[in-house]
Amino acid sequence: MTIFNLFRKQRSAPTARERLQVLLAHERSSNGSDLVSVLREEILAVIAKHVQVDSDKVQVKMDRDEDVTILEIDVEIPLDAVSQAA
Amino acid sequence: MGKVIVVTSGKGGVGKTTSTAALGAALAQRNERVVVVDFDVGLRNLDLVMGAERRVVYDLINVIQGEAKLSQALIRDKRLETLFLLPASQTRDKDNLTPEGVERVITELRRVFDWVICDSPAGIESGATLAMRHADMAVVVTNPEVSSVRDSDRIIGLLDSKTLKAERGERMEKHLLLTRYDANRAERGDMLKVEDVLEILSIPLIGIIPESMDVLRASNIGSPVTLADARSAPAMAYFEAARRLAGEVLPITVPGEKRGIFGKIFARRAA
Repeated sequence: MTIFNLFRKQRSAPTARERLQVLLAHERSSNGSDLVSVLREEILAVIAKHVQVDSDKVQVKMDRDEDVTILEIDVEIPLDAVSQAA
Repeated sequence: MGKVIVVTSGKGGVGKTTSTAALGAALAQRNERVVVVDFDVGLRNLDLVMGAERRVVYDLINVIQGEAKLSQALIRDKRLETLFLLPASQTRDKDNLTPEGVERVITELRRVFDWVICDSPAGIESGATLAMRHADMAVVVTNPEVSSVRDSDRIIGLLDSKTLKAERGERMEKHLLLTRYDANRAERGDMLKVEDVLEILSIPLIGIIPESMDVLRASNIGSPVTLADARSAPAMAYFEAARRLAGEVLPITVPGEKRGIFGKIFARRAA
């Protein structure tokens, strides 16, 4: 941490880390198999039975941990769709 | 029954062959019976790194095709009595590497040796998937660099789907071997840190091999770095990794950290 650091280029490792995290999250969900897209379609169908949702408002993501794979499902339901169903 | 390990990475040039030779020699130095198997048919190099290039008569393909017995193809290391090499073919096509043939050879090797270490070719083609097929555990060699980390992630996916263990529904044991690591550059923020790579790949760490001239020097003279200069930093890191492979629980040392003031000045000049 000296005055010379002011003239140095910005650190590149954090950029590398961030780019990898974004890329791999995407690749893990598309590479593995069609599992994610099949799940996405079926989950969408189940939800559509009860509430009206936009198909691109359903996000299905696979992430890997040391021991388990995490399936992340993110569904955006508009408020009026809920009240209609109820 | 011996353990079968695959040394793999996806990306080329990250240190698979160097690591296979170094880990093989390190395990053999513990008096365990070790065979290192070159799966890189057509582009063999393990023989060269081990210093046995002039002693190759028969190879893996000859054994698979029934042209030679396994005992004829195995080359005993001149320095370590318990270390053997099964070279790849330089001339034959990789299509000669059949799944049945590989299975037969691995089964036979597993009976005779404590450790069967398979040096995978780069890529994700049949050579790479056959090298990992029968593995009990995998060493994923990764450089702290974006393309290597991405390819390792891909290989981890294959290890979890294309291996016998995965197909049987068992859990494939995977270990990260981080090579060419420069603690000073990582500290300055110009290289991915150990923690970064671990967080992204989510597999346990088996060792950190520092970027070092000693690795090139060892391959120049045709000797695994753990034999060429056992007291060098990369050799010590490989010895540590080998002990972890054998099941010992050791704290990880990050090589090159905690430099003195002179070291720091020197490092700045060198960079």
